[in-house]
Amino acid sequence: MEPRSSDFIERPGEDRHWYDLFSRGARDWLRHNDKVRSAVREKLPELIAGSDVLPRADSTVQVPVRFLEHSRFRLRDTGEGAGVGQGDGKPGDVLASPADGEPGKGAGGNDEGGYQFVLELKIDDIVDWLWEELKLPNLKAKSGAMRQDDYTREGWSRRGVRSRLDRRRSLKEAIKRRATQEDAPAFTDDDLRYRQLAMRQRPATEAVVFFAMDVSSSMTERDRLLAKTFFFWVVQGLRRQYTHIEPVFVAHTIEAWEFAETEFFQVSGSGGTVASSAFKKITDIAAQRYDPGRFNIYVFYASDGANFRHDRESAQAALAELGEIVNYIGYVETASAAQQALSSETSMLFEQLEAEIGVAGRYGLSTPESVWDAIRGFFSQQSQVEV
Amino acid sequence: MSEALGSYARRLEELARNHGLDYYPVHFEEVPSSFMMEIAVYGLPVRMPHWSFGVRYIHQLVQHRMGHSRLFEVVFPGNPGRAYLAGNNSLQENTLVTAHVLGHADFAKNNSLFKRSQEQVGYKIVEQAATHARQIGQAVEHHGQTRVEQVLDAALSLEAHIDTFQALRRDRYPEYVGPRRPPSDDPFHKRFGDLPGGLEPIDAPLERVRADIPPQPERDLLWLIAEYAPELEEWERDIFRAVRQESFYFYPVFACQIMNEGWASYWHARLLREADFLPQNEYLDAIKTHSDVVRPHAAEQQASLVVNPYHLGFSIWESIVEEHGLERAFQIRAEDDDFSFIRNNLSQELADELKLFRFEHSADGGVRVLEHDINALRETILAPKYNFVRPRC
Repeated sequence: MEPRSSDFIERPGEDRHWYDLFSRGARDWLRHNDKVRSAVREKLPELIAGSDVLPRADSTVQVPVRFLEHSRFRLRDTGEGAGVGQGDGKPGDVLASPADGEPGKGAGGNDEGGYQFVLELKIDDIVDWLWEELKLPNLKAKSGAMRQDDYTREGWSRRGVRSRLDRRRSLKEAIKRRATQEDAPAFTDDDLRYRQLAMRQRPATEAVVFFAMDVSSSMTERDRLLAKTFFFWVVQGLRRQYTHIEPVFVAHTIEAWEFAETEFFQVSGSGGTVASSAFKKITDIAAQRYDPGRFNIYVFYASDGANFRHDRESAQAALAELGEIVNYIGYVETASAAQQALSSETSMLFEQLEAEIGVAGRYGLSTPESVWDAIRGFFSQQSQVEV
Repeated sequence: MSEALGSYARRLEELARNHGLDYYPVHFEEVPSSFMMEIAVYGLPVRMPHWSFGVRYIHQLVQHRMGHSRLFEVVFPGNPGRAYLAGNNSLQENTLVTAHVLGHADFAKNNSLFKRSQEQVGYKIVEQAATHARQIGQAVEHHGQTRVEQVLDAALSLEAHIDTFQALRRDRYPEYVGPRRPPSDDPFHKRFGDLPGGLEPIDAPLERVRADIPPQPERDLLWLIAEYAPELEEWERDIFRAVRQESFYFYPVFACQIMNEGWASYWHARLLREADFLPQNEYLDAIKTHSDVVRPHAAEQQASLVVNPYHLGFSIWESIVEEHGLERAFQIRAEDDDFSFIRNNLSQELADELKLFRFEHSADGGVRVLEHDINALRETILAPKYNFVRPRC
């Protein structure tokens, strides 16, 4: 072999960008994240159904996940082991007591340590995925039968405020004029065109969603969580159909009150259940604040199904009244799986209503998974019953 | 690269060769630290794409950002050898690293495990790995990422399951078992036949039969799959072969880590000490870096539960040279791996001097010092080196 000596490879100044072409680490890291993301996506209904806290609609959900690992044959991991350390230590010395130690660290050297990272998912993406996972129909943006008056832009005017000056249009006018004149000035006041507004009726794109919940003592924490999950995803779905949605929260025992969202799910009352109180309350609120002529009205009512027998007549009447102004009214029953689903007192009320007005539905929620069935049921129905 | 480093490097090499260090020429290259990090993570300058490297990359990045780890050099054995130095390190640091690299280069040329693996990969692992990366890139184009990734997932999961006692290029199993021969009539067999109990009648068929696959238990799973898995396409087999080849290359790096790092540290310390051409203050800075690198982890605390392999290796090499001279040290670097190196050369006195102790930790996080016995210490240090902490299939 000819004697060769070592040397330094020089990449001249500009060539140093050559190194920037390498971003394999980042590339493979992104690939890893893609894989985690799609794994999370497949498990999404379970993940979300199981979560305690529902996110705000405009926010993101953070899902803590572990790094992916290779599957591998491995030795039994008892968490115990031995290692060699260095420093002052006599046999019998305790270097870490069980309380403050970091289990699994230090020995063996085969432990990567429990790194976790947090995956941030946009609610919007989640809704997209859910729609795919649940095979829900594509919802069309809805315009209810209701009308609302609003200003729309329409045509041009020679007069107007400066902010509505249409420059392009004005320039066109000037060009036309100069084509017919000699020695024409560049612009004259006559060239200016302003955008004009006109009052027109437009289909209503606003919706109000009433969430009513029975908070009597028979409703358990689990029941509320089921109802809450259902409510949340219903709003996310409806958001795709309406430009503006306003949620209203009504809780009731034998009386009904309106609550802010944050308080709504914490309220717990005692005593019995008079469903008619909630229906009346909703009708009142709608009459005061949400003109059925401007708003699409949705009502969802969650209960465990028990309603006072003597309330049957008035609940029936209140529901019928409510039925006239709503686009849709849904009932979710949070019964445990053991119970015969949807055979309760309240359920029967809604069954009648369904028969009368057609735009009502009933869903049984027994397990976190059944929330998805309910949501699928609701939106499938929505896509068929076009108002 | 500064003029100064180039001239220091030349004189360090001269010094090294005078001491008898023997290595293939090394191509040094100063690279940005981001590039260094990638090489360290992938283990090779260009390597196949896979998400698992992304995970390692993030670990490394986090460590780096938190200041827990600093990369000085990455060396690849071969002819020529390749060494990457962090370009943002100071002149003094890179002077030290250059000397360190010469130690590695000498080790890689002379250690028998390295020699064997280098011969098998033709002294060109860097180029081979780049070829694998390109092959896999083409496979992704042809067959889609999902399919290629499935194969890579499987192959990389079995990365540790190779048999380095076998050659990298192995012959396939014999296809047939030959007919059993009647016992020969040499004196041994005669005496054997005369033993009480007599010979068992041979019931094996006398014509040849197809051999089982595998004919005996096989440890080299990557090879077995690449050669014998039914219903694999050729490009899929090639992926298993590629992973296996890289795994063969990594084995000596893994099996000689303490020795190799110790040897390089011993030589950077010694070469710098004897480098009278270095200005006083530069020598001081360089040797400060040395003490950072080979410092025991326990320096700041009372006790550390991890032993710095640089420190351990360095200390053992110093004691070897002191007691047995340089010649013996050269012989050990040629013949040993970490197992024999630790067992033969980590003495009770040295362990006491280094304050090594053996501890146990329980599942609830408690840690207790057990003993200072040298045999227990050696085996505990070596325990994570058996078969990459994997069960032996």
